[in-house]
Amino acid sequence: MSSTDVSKMNTTAAKPKINIAGILIEGRAFGALLVIIIFFSLMSPNYLTVSNLLIMSSHVAIYGILAIGMLLVILTGGIDLSVGSVLGLAGIIAGFLMQGVTFNAFGVILYPPVWAVTVMTLAFGAFLGSITGVLVAYLRVPSFVATLGILYVARGIALLITNGLTYNNLGGNETYGNTGFDWLGFNRLFGIPVSVIILALLAAIFGIILARSAFGRWIYATGGNQRAAELSGVPVPFVHICVYALSGMLSSIAGLVLSSQLTSAGPTAGFTYEMIAIAAVVIGGASLSGGRGNVRGTMLGAFVIGFLSDGLVIIGVSAYWQTVFTGAVIVLAVLLNSLQYGGKRL
Amino acid sequence: MDTSVLPVAEPETSEIVLSARNVAKVFGSIQALKGVNFDVRRGQVTALFGENGAGKSTLMKILSGVYKPTSGTILLDGEPIEFDSSTDARNQGISIIHQELSLAPNMTVRDNIFMGREIRTMKGVDFAEEERQCRLLLTELEENIDPRTKVEELRLGQQQIVEIARALSVNSRILIMDEPTSALSASEVEVLFKVIRDLKAKGVSIVYISHHLEEALQITDHAVVLRDGNMTAYAPRADIDLEWIVRHMVGEHFNLGSPPTGYPLGNVVLKVDEVTVVDSTGNQKLVDELSLDVRAGEIVCIYGLMGAGRTELLECLAGRLVARHGKVELNGRDITRTSIAERIAEGLVLVPEDRQRDGLVQTMTIGQNLSLANLRRLVRGLFTSKRLERDHIDNAIRRTTVKAGSPDHLIGSLSGGNQQKVVIGKMWSTNPKAILLDEPSRGIDIGAKAEVFRLLAEGAREGLAVLYTTSEVGECLSVAHRIIVMHKGKISAEFGSDVTKARIMAASGEAVVH
Repeated sequence: MSSTDVSKMNTTAAKPKINIAGILIEGRAFGALLVIIIFFSLMSPNYLTVSNLLIMSSHVAIYGILAIGMLLVILTGGIDLSVGSVLGLAGIIAGFLMQGVTFNAFGVILYPPVWAVTVMTLAFGAFLGSITGVLVAYLRVPSFVATLGILYVARGIALLITNGLTYNNLGGNETYGNTGFDWLGFNRLFGIPVSVIILALLAAIFGIILARSAFGRWIYATGGNQRAAELSGVPVPFVHICVYALSGMLSSIAGLVLSSQLTSAGPTAGFTYEMIAIAAVVIGGASLSGGRGNVRGTMLGAFVIGFLSDGLVIIGVSAYWQTVFTGAVIVLAVLLNSLQYGGKRL
Repeated sequence: MDTSVLPVAEPETSEIVLSARNVAKVFGSIQALKGVNFDVRRGQVTALFGENGAGKSTLMKILSGVYKPTSGTILLDGEPIEFDSSTDARNQGISIIHQELSLAPNMTVRDNIFMGREIRTMKGVDFAEEERQCRLLLTELEENIDPRTKVEELRLGQQQIVEIARALSVNSRILIMDEPTSALSASEVEVLFKVIRDLKAKGVSIVYISHHLEEALQITDHAVVLRDGNMTAYAPRADIDLEWIVRHMVGEHFNLGSPPTGYPLGNVVLKVDEVTVVDSTGNQKLVDELSLDVRAGEIVCIYGLMGAGRTELLECLAGRLVARHGKVELNGRDITRTSIAERIAEGLVLVPEDRQRDGLVQTMTIGQNLSLANLRRLVRGLFTSKRLERDHIDNAIRRTTVKAGSPDHLIGSLSGGNQQKVVIGKMWSTNPKAILLDEPSRGIDIGAKAEVFRLLAEGAREGLAVLYTTSEVGECLSVAHRIIVMHKGKISAEFGSDVTKARIMAASGEAVVH
């Protein structure tokens, strides 16, 4: 048995052999997170405090929610470049609805309640995603190209709706009955920011779906070997459409959380966030060729990126250096991934 | 094994230029070559015979520097040599025409022939000179192709000619031809043979691999037979005939079972009615108005050469390829328009030809592969039931006798034969009424082959309708009740289980028997 055989994904049985190199590679994201936390705690007394950890976690929530959707897509062997734009557009859609929808024919302005805004925004994200899904599943457009197209279209629509401006007053108005939008971004339950709770819930739900449901297994099979999955009766087109729709929906959730945190929605929100989401998934040990990876790893990846960049801010490193460090971490992660998966080919 | 046919000191007919000594090659857990000796003589043709998976292509790839041998030595002009790459081997004068065409379809004939060794001048590539040489070569091959045509615009036979022209263009001392005629017409084969004779006269040595045994016998000076990674026989042309080759290729003593008997055959389960499948361009019929039916408890074998349309037929029956016209019925129900998943649910499953490409999900464990086709039935509430899945996997492993340490190991840890059993087990465990197996014995050793056929016989006894294909004539005469020979998309003959190998091969267009 070579060391690569030990590093199996999501199998529950006891491993046949303890292999230290294997464990180090398996737990690399966790190790990296520990190193980051220890390093910054030594550098700054403010880093390892409950309040700072919660603030950083609420930042991570945005990346983490995007990364879950990205993981689903990457597991099928695709990529979703549109998540950042869809996030931005979702905020704009929410903002647009919160301003009230004018019906000229009836001479009325409708102010939908916050729950309706939320549902409509999520539905819109899922709809955008399912367009990508149809392109990929039935028209055989490579996901890279299909989602690149959606990236531009979504960003363009966001700019068109706002004319390049920002919706500032998302607080709603007592008289219209549409207050409460800031709950997502500002409130806390049991002292924990709502956004972090949402991330935890989503991570748990999708973790269980991937590990335990037939749909989850279909996602892994589609990414592992699409032809074999098809011949085994896996509804591959359905799986494709679902993962892109889910990714779109999760991007919308992240968009709502972000615009709620900022109580404003700008058309450029979420710019290049797709790259952060991809990085989180890759750092979490997923293989870009599909079939390998899990939610736990992706969450660790999101925390590594979030805690690293916030840590650099706290110890006063320039934003330019942050970019360099983040890039270095991604390259290192990909390097380790190829060590883990590289030896499997004949 | 008959020792008299093992390679012994042969009276020198010509000096040996290239030889393999005790060469072995291991891929993962599969031993493709088990210590083979092989000689190539100056200015002569050595034909290499053997069934699929016997190790012919592996041996040729080692001789041409594509693979490195796991053990053993290669001698060039009596000196031990190691090739770093196929380019290195080509520089030493050894070139190979691969079985799978290795041309870039988007480039012209000229660019393909000079790929990687363009004629360079100060002003860039000398296209005119390349074109001139190209025309010369093609004239020699009596093929009227413009060097500026794109390869994708040529038909398959012409592409093969281009491949041959490319190998000739480097002026090799040793030329390896792996199935050079599989897409050529009879007249093109004649031209190729003329070229081979010319090359021989120039002192070029040729290694020739072909499934068309008679054709190979016309041109060869020596015959070497491989079986299961061993060299089983060697003889000069004068001492051998077709029957000798077949005997050593197939082996006489190994029993792959006999058709199960002692029960009545049931009703027709699978009915194929004038099904036609066309290729992606829509012009060529891969399966041509083919009809057949398989009854419950019956095992039917489809024999045919590469390109006969077997794979396309089975993929059409399983729902991957769409039939241009015709009808497929399962137990009297028309399933022509249903999806793969619906056919599996109805009880028609396919074990595909290429395990790695179509059969297995390499990123998943043995157990996950085994339950993949059956997940829908293992769902309780929202999730798959761990207990049901575990039972299902255990059953499948027991039934198909997969030898695995644990179902939680990755699928890649199994040997080829056991991987094949997993693919069969995966489809079998959906409780099908009819099972289609495309070359179920491809690339697995003889022991695993026997077990696969035993499984098929067992299934038939329980009322399963079995349809399998093979390109190895010995496997037709194992468990099949009926043998159908396919040639160019049509059924060219149908036999009972008492037919001879020679008659089957004759019907497939492989060998003419007098």
